[in-house]
Amino acid sequence: MEAPVIKHSSRSLVGRDAWTIPLEEIDLAHPGIWQANQFLPFLARLRRDEPVHYCAHSPVGAYWSVTRYQDIMTMEAAPQLFSSEPTIGIVDVLPQFTLPMFIAMDPPKHDEQRKTVQGVVAPNNLKNLEGLIRQRVITILDSLPQGETFNWVDRVSRELTTQMLATLFDFPFEERNKLTYWSDIATAIPGAGLINSYEESFEVLKECLAYFMRLWRERAAKAPGNDLISMLAHGEATKNMPPMEFLGNLVLLIVGGNDTTRNSITGGVLALNEHPQEYQKLRDNPALIPSMVSEIIRWQTPLAYMRRTAKVDTELGGKHIKAGDKILMWYASANRDEAAIDRPDEFLIDRDRVRQHLSFGTGIHRCMGNRLAEMQLRILWEEILQRFHKVEVVGEPVRIYSSFVKGYTELPVRLIAR
Amino acid sequence: MPRITLIEHNGTEHAVDAKTGDSLMTTAIKNRVPGIDADCGGACSCGTCHVFIDPAWLERVGEPGPFEEPMLDLNPERAANSRLSCQIDISDDLEGLVVRLPEFQF
Repeated sequence: MEAPVIKHSSRSLVGRDAWTIPLEEIDLAHPGIWQANQFLPFLARLRRDEPVHYCAHSPVGAYWSVTRYQDIMTMEAAPQLFSSEPTIGIVDVLPQFTLPMFIAMDPPKHDEQRKTVQGVVAPNNLKNLEGLIRQRVITILDSLPQGETFNWVDRVSRELTTQMLATLFDFPFEERNKLTYWSDIATAIPGAGLINSYEESFEVLKECLAYFMRLWRERAAKAPGNDLISMLAHGEATKNMPPMEFLGNLVLLIVGGNDTTRNSITGGVLALNEHPQEYQKLRDNPALIPSMVSEIIRWQTPLAYMRRTAKVDTELGGKHIKAGDKILMWYASANRDEAAIDRPDEFLIDRDRVRQHLSFGTGIHRCMGNRLAEMQLRILWEEILQRFHKVEVVGEPVRIYSSFVKGYTELPVRLIAR
Repeated sequence: MPRITLIEHNGTEHAVDAKTGDSLMTTAIKNRVPGIDADCGGACSCGTCHVFIDPAWLERVGEPGPFEEPMLDLNPERAANSRLSCQIDISDDLEGLVVRLPEFQF
């Protein structure tokens, strides 16, 4: 089902020519061009003509856009200048609706909280999870309908990432759809279909908190385990966390582990269909899977940007940025920057330096779950190749109305057996 | 051209001729030593070229720098002899250097 969508306002750039539009009218944060899949030329225009660009008038307030790879690297290496507080999305939500979470904290608190939970997604823990993930992938793939059209997003992308999350949290498996629901609520834009206001989403997230508080108390009363809740409940830096901070970090882990990989799972199928010669390369040489996984993650760039806030007056790309200014680092642009990546507009599953993309960000906030994401995608494609000649896209994808989460609600496919 | 030995987690040894002025990370990549990802390309900002310096060499290789320390600090496998190999420049003093690779990069 297609999600209802806000009517494009006059600010929408949909249908405009990126190469002739006055620079001051470019508002990358407007979701229209993202949903319509028309964002690439606007990113290319800014990279060429004004790589550090100020958007003075936007419904979400004034902000800077940084579109070149190297400038983003510079920012990510300087958290003392470019803060992750108070939030990493463009909208400054009222403080009473702002959840504290370590992605939106600076050192030293960021480092303390991240260190407490990252063990669960560290490679030595993942090694133990690989068999379980593979089993779940197999069950999902073997239950897919043969010879008929179905929505890949629901049947595979959402299902697999939700099962994974339930495993990491040791969440009651039969209630796992709650996790996906909370994840969707947490990133939903009021008015775009799922919720009408931040008050409404906050009410839902309070239910999420209550549910997890119960799990927390159960785990805190037991010996430390290997799931995330147990780690938080027993960790030195997190065991006395105030409830809202607990909720914030839960939301971070739910969204981080859900939306992103979900959309790379869908985006990979789409990219291989749009580049049949690459699909053939993959069939001919399955050893390319790990490299292809990195290329899919670059190509999809599941989160289009991260926001920073200038802590002091500073300069970037020759522009004066004032303390308090919002700055969006457009990973979706850096990943297409010809100055950093060879032939960036080609999807090449065997490219050189394939891991050098910015989809995970970089520096101290670099994606904590990057290895888990890669492992899920790798196992999924290993099992797909065993079973199907092709996962064939048979209709148009439906994209999400968001400039932050680059994703899909629908991808109609049909399976062609080997 | 100092001779350097990189030992994989499974014990496989790679003795390579390093070029003065290259980083240790670049040396490993050029010689196709598996186990170094170097996702950021040598900018000290991803932590995926983590190595363990042989204790006998620690003093000569030196301490992590101010940008390196926070990246290492976020690695759950960090040890007292951890370094990011992109931050180690090859010089003639390092003739005979031995480093070990972790089982995984993170």
